[in-house]
Amino acid sequence: MKAIVTVMLKQGVLDPQGRAIGQALHGLGFATVGEVRAGKVIEIDLAETDAEAARAQAEAMARKLLANSVIERFEIALA
Amino acid sequence: MTVIDAALARSFGLNAEEYDRVLAIQGRTPTLTELGIFSVMWSEHCSYKSSRVWLRTLPTTAPWVIHGPGENAGVVDIGDGLAAVFKMESHNHPSFIEPYQGAATGVGGILRDVFTMGARPVANLNALRFGDPQDARTRRIVDGVVRGIGGYGNCVGVPTVGGEVNFHPAYNGNPLVNAMTVGIARRDRIFLSAAAGIGNPVIYVGSRTGRDGIHGATMASAEFDQNSEEKRPTVQVGDPFTEKLLIEACLELMQTDAIIAIQDMGAAGLTSSSVEMAGKGGVGIDLDLDAVPQRETGMTAYEMMLSESQERMLMVLRPDRQALARAIFDKWELQFAVIGKLTDSGRIVVRHRGAIEADIDLAPLADQAPLYHRPTEATPPPLPLQTPSDPAGLAAGLLRLIGSPDLCSRAWIWDQYDSTVGGQTVRRPGAADAAIVRIEGHARALALTTDCTPRYCAADAAAGAAQAVAEAWRNITATGARPLAVTDNLNFGNPEKPLIMGQFAAAIGGMAAACRALDFPVVSGNVSLYNETEGRPILPTPAIGGLGVIDDAAQAVGIALRPGLALVLLGSTAGHLGQSLWLREIAGQEAGAPPPVDLAAERRTGDFVRAQILAGAVAACHDLSDGGLLVAAAEMALAGDVGAALLPGPDDLPPHGFWFGEDQARYLLAVADPAALLAAAAAAGIPARPLGSTGGRDLTLPDGATISLHALRRAHERFLPDWLDQPGV
Amino acid sequence: MNAAIIVFPGINRERDMAIALARSLGRAPRMLWHRDDDLTGIDLIVIPGGFSYGDYLRCGAMAAQSPVMRAVRAHAARGGYVLGVCNGFQILTEAGMLPGALLRNAGLRFLSADCHLRVERADTAFTGHWQRGAVFRAPMAHGDGNYFAAAATLDRLEGDGRVAFRYAEADGTVTAAANRNGSARGIAGIFSENLRVLGLMPHPEDLVDPLLGGEDGRPLFDSLAAALAA
Repeated sequence: MKAIVTVMLKQGVLDPQGRAIGQALHGLGFATVGEVRAGKVIEIDLAETDAEAARAQAEAMARKLLANSVIERFEIALA
Repeated sequence: MTVIDAALARSFGLNAEEYDRVLAIQGRTPTLTELGIFSVMWSEHCSYKSSRVWLRTLPTTAPWVIHGPGENAGVVDIGDGLAAVFKMESHNHPSFIEPYQGAATGVGGILRDVFTMGARPVANLNALRFGDPQDARTRRIVDGVVRGIGGYGNCVGVPTVGGEVNFHPAYNGNPLVNAMTVGIARRDRIFLSAAAGIGNPVIYVGSRTGRDGIHGATMASAEFDQNSEEKRPTVQVGDPFTEKLLIEACLELMQTDAIIAIQDMGAAGLTSSSVEMAGKGGVGIDLDLDAVPQRETGMTAYEMMLSESQERMLMVLRPDRQALARAIFDKWELQFAVIGKLTDSGRIVVRHRGAIEADIDLAPLADQAPLYHRPTEATPPPLPLQTPSDPAGLAAGLLRLIGSPDLCSRAWIWDQYDSTVGGQTVRRPGAADAAIVRIEGHARALALTTDCTPRYCAADAAAGAAQAVAEAWRNITATGARPLAVTDNLNFGNPEKPLIMGQFAAAIGGMAAACRALDFPVVSGNVSLYNETEGRPILPTPAIGGLGVIDDAAQAVGIALRPGLALVLLGSTAGHLGQSLWLREIAGQEAGAPPPVDLAAERRTGDFVRAQILAGAVAACHDLSDGGLLVAAAEMALAGDVGAALLPGPDDLPPHGFWFGEDQARYLLAVADPAALLAAAAAAGIPARPLGSTGGRDLTLPDGATISLHALRRAHERFLPDWLDQPGV
Repeated sequence: MNAAIIVFPGINRERDMAIALARSLGRAPRMLWHRDDDLTGIDLIVIPGGFSYGDYLRCGAMAAQSPVMRAVRAHAARGGYVLGVCNGFQILTEAGMLPGALLRNAGLRFLSADCHLRVERADTAFTGHWQRGAVFRAPMAHGDGNYFAAAATLDRLEGDGRVAFRYAEADGTVTAAANRNGSARGIAGIFSENLRVLGLMPHPEDLVDPLLGGEDGRPLFDSLAAALAA
């Protein structure tokens, strides 16, 4: 099964990339755009078939490597 | 099932006559893979079919040349048992389609050409031409190209130390990205690509193969049209991290005696590397594609042979050193696969999933490659120059010129390139006419530059190309270094048009004359044709990459003024305004002949300047080029953050001609003892003229106007950040 | 007194660092491939600049998980000296050996230019050859040098005197204009609690030779040489 880990900067951590994207969208005429945050999505193919076990593994990976808890938070979805 | 016929061949870039030749060589209808191999090997990019007859006329030898054109890069002896290995190559078309990746993979490709030969890359330079800043696309292209060059070069840890940038509407939709790499090797440890030893294993190392950039070589040999922007899937993606590992692994293996031949996989990847290695060695080669490390599933033989996945190399190894080599690549976590062997068949035979997908006799593939003597037509002379009066005055003219796109500060660009990694950069970008990079552990240093003035070439390709060579030679000379050799990147439009071919032929003639007169042979290079969009060609742009050497880096001088010095102009000034930047920016004309190039005067003046620098008589030196004398003085003042007071020019020239004219073979020197310099110049028959003194915080012009360094700097540094740092790129 | 430079795949300023260390220490440092973890007899461990593992996930994240970092942590716990420059600083924060994190530069562009650094304390093994408040020049070369930490962490760092260097004007004034990557409170480098681990973004090792523009960076290495000799 596949674990999809989304890593985002925590609220309160300045995200200049998101801000630049927001400004660019405004420049293109998307006037309703509010705050924009940019993050990353990491897809991991797992040999695991049990959803709970897969989630636990993905969480361990996110804690250990994929996200830096000083600045980032993460979410996990399974597919 | 694809039908293989003349129509398919045409879509691969082979014309009817070329396809007939394929049929004759094969004696049957080629397979798809064979047709792919012929089409890339006979593309303009790989075969130089339009340019070869002219390239042969360039001077390529000198006592210090170890390898001229024909190898992956040129090699020259620089003393101390060392050799400099260098080349420049274009990535124009990919950089238009995807500026970041196009530029990044351009840097990656030229690096591989250099470390393939056993040299550690020590410097990168880039010659860039972009469209009109007013054109909406230009901003995105500049931003992407600069990020791409930095993204790749910074990560592999090779300092980017120099280059040049021009803007002109002729490059709208056809930017030029010419990347140059210089490396250092032991002169007795140069690695070549000729395969040898029947039965020896053919080894694939580096990244896995995917479907990247299939038909990139043929794309680089065709004009753009409106559909080009949709050709995105053929763009390769660069991985500078893997390239860094590949550099270290190859250089580590090159410390042993394992390698018989080595070739990077550049344009047309596995096809061109295997064909060239076997062809140069006069042997046959059998490839087993099942053994090729693959990134995607279900790849066909055609796709694998034409893939332009980056960061890959092909080697022939001594069989008894295979285990040693594998251990090195394992250590660097890179792919290492035996994918074939050398044979005595004289053929390339490609097997995949039990079938023979290609079987081609190598000799006719090379010998019968098309060679065209394309018709040429001379460019009509430029518009006559309407002798202009000066509408602006010196001070306003200077401020406008020095803030114009072609002359404004390049700091916005340099600040995105790591120019110090390696710890040997003696003069960083903008500090001297050529970048100075010391050789680790030696006093010796390289002087590196790229030069071309395309507006001169458009007006008169022969004079413009000679000027490009002369300016590169001058820029090296102005640091005190001895110019040794050049690499070139010849960017032109569609060679099937006689006017374009005429520009090409004339440019080669001008280059050849200048290279001969200045003992500055061409040792490597690249030709990029079909730089046209919807029938509109670029300006002819024969970019010259120059390399020189200075025995003691401590003797090199830069352009920065110091207080308390005298300024002296060397060389003769006729006030030539034809095709000058002043004429374009201030008088609004692009007209007249470009400045004439007097190669004997170049040589005489340059040799004198170099001798003065090496004798320690010169504190700063700047060659005169775009914008002329006053721009050069302003650049020297800004570089040193020191002002100057300038003396009037001669009475028989209009001030704007004297101060903004672009006469060649001239240098502006700052010296402590002007009397001695003037006497030495007189003795050597070099025209010399006292021009003023340095000090203070203002530039005082001969008409009494003063410009503070602060105002000068603001005018100089504003354009690129104002244009490119707005939100919304 | 023995120094070792750890070489991760993708590191590229190890040669610059080796030259600077050799100049001040009088002997070449050991180059330690990241899979070696024998640090016996090493007094100073240096993690140099570059792009370890391509900086592909986050700068320094993958190197921080490398086995050799266990040995580095143990070395620091024993009171050994550790210097991390640029990517080395990022690795030390990712490894949790220094607080905070390095974010993308505020201008979103790679920054390669000289900066001025103000020395915040001169009574450490790394800064003893400067005066407190001294200003020196050093090249920056990074895309992610924007120092970030929670306000409480920053307060603690400042209160404990653990700020090593701040971005400043040539006269030593700390201004927003001098802080081109947008670092919190202008912080360019920080110490560990015991002042024996230093991380900083700019490259003093690239300015130790008059021919290359000056010796501004040299006191860092001379200070270490003196500390290690003591």
